[in-house]
Amino acid sequence: MRRVLLALLLSLCGAPLAAQARRDVILATTTSTQDTGLLDSLVPRFEAGCGCRVKTIAVGTGQALALGARGEADVVLVHAPSLEQRYVAEGRFRNRRLVMTNDFILVGPPADPAGLGQATSLKEAFQRLAAGSAPFASRADSSGTNILELNQWKAAGLNPTGGWYLQVGQGMAATLRIASEKGAYTLTDRGTYLAVRQGLALAVLYQGAPELLNIYHVMEVNPETFPNVNQDGGRAFADFMVSPRTQEFIRTFGAARFGQPLFTPQAGKREEDLLQPAR
Amino acid sequence: MDLLFDGITHGVALILRGDPQVMEIMWLSLRVSGIATLVSLLLGVPLGMMLGQSRFPGRRLALGVINTGMGLPPVAVGLFVSLFLWRSGPLGFLDLIYSPAAIIVAQCIIALPVVTGLTAAAIQQLDPRLRLQLLGLGASRLQALRFLLREARFSIIAAVMAGFGAVISEVGASMMVGGNILHYTRVLTTATVLETSKGNFDIAIALSVVLLGLTFLVSMLLTVLQQRGAER
Repeated sequence: MRRVLLALLLSLCGAPLAAQARRDVILATTTSTQDTGLLDSLVPRFEAGCGCRVKTIAVGTGQALALGARGEADVVLVHAPSLEQRYVAEGRFRNRRLVMTNDFILVGPPADPAGLGQATSLKEAFQRLAAGSAPFASRADSSGTNILELNQWKAAGLNPTGGWYLQVGQGMAATLRIASEKGAYTLTDRGTYLAVRQGLALAVLYQGAPELLNIYHVMEVNPETFPNVNQDGGRAFADFMVSPRTQEFIRTFGAARFGQPLFTPQAGKREEDLLQPAR
Repeated sequence: MDLLFDGITHGVALILRGDPQVMEIMWLSLRVSGIATLVSLLLGVPLGMMLGQSRFPGRRLALGVINTGMGLPPVAVGLFVSLFLWRSGPLGFLDLIYSPAAIIVAQCIIALPVVTGLTAAAIQQLDPRLRLQLLGLGASRLQALRFLLREARFSIIAAVMAGFGAVISEVGASMMVGGNILHYTRVLTTATVLETSKGNFDIAIALSVVLLGLTFLVSMLLTVLQQRGAER
């Protein structure tokens, strides 16, 4: 028996399990980029080009930014513009660059008990939700989606509380599933919705308001604040995300599988330009 | 109902076809949890034997702590291991966070109390006069230890099975310290969580069936080892 165990031990230890020091790039990002499958397609391309490994940590944008802001990551791909600007101003990140957009939509039970379909403004849509005729599933995880949702309640002068307001504390795809099962409304990015909508009893009930534009930026963790970040790796990944080839890949990503592309490439543009014209 | 049936059919098909994605994740889980179990065996058995048969002040407290550790919540372990291994943490310079090695560390912490506690209990179950008799018959201390270990082997193998079962099935610590990175730290449990949330139920089911099968095979192997000893 001892010999069997010893043989097992040796064969297991022979495997290269330790981290490749210094060459790994830690990317902290939001769940939507992973749940849609975008990163699973893009990351291997980047790795092949740079000969390094990317460690993708997919959490809510709030947590991704918090990881980066403590120097635990090298680069972040996130979608909470107001929060991002604050961190850049604090010197925690640098080189904030626009990568792509999609939009947020309000989805809910196809019967639409809250009458969201009749809402004429985003404010009215949230007021109808707050009437509580059906549950609303909130990410409640400080993700970019959650931050935008909370801003909308505030803008409508509402304070969402009560049994109808479900704080689920999970990623976007999991939240959509909960909403579907509970007959609840939720706010989602369109990409994740398209990627997982099969088998969900959720319809798009409100869309198109300029406030609902979902803007993804890539930012490098500032090596002047955190000397031990992988500066070159972080820079290389950020450059890769805004490179013409990657942008072209994003332009068509998901079209074959989901009937329409999940993201619109926007590298090189300015945030202000995106927000002005009607979409 | 369809989902359940189709999911299981697809899941089994994925396994039978030897789907590379499922196989890769399975090997990683086996390696990571296997190493963690072996390390806790190497540390936990001697520690358990010591706690089981020696008498020293504070021994009850030590046993109490170990027994509490048997129910250590994996998420709490994950959190504390993360705090230590993050770049800003005291062991950040090791560059271990978000690597399979980090999962092994966390799983060792989860399995070690299980192996230690059950070994200590197994040794205590032996007749205390046995050791005295062995020593009286002229056995060296080392020989006596080996004999006791042999006597308690059933329970000790059971301890190993319990330790392996605890780590192969935990998800919280692996998710937090490993990061669920594709081709690198995505193990069976974290992959199951991800695929479920993505709505890929067939893959999720395949992964859980593999997880069950793997646990069964390893337990079977250990049981055979255990029972072969019994027939001798």
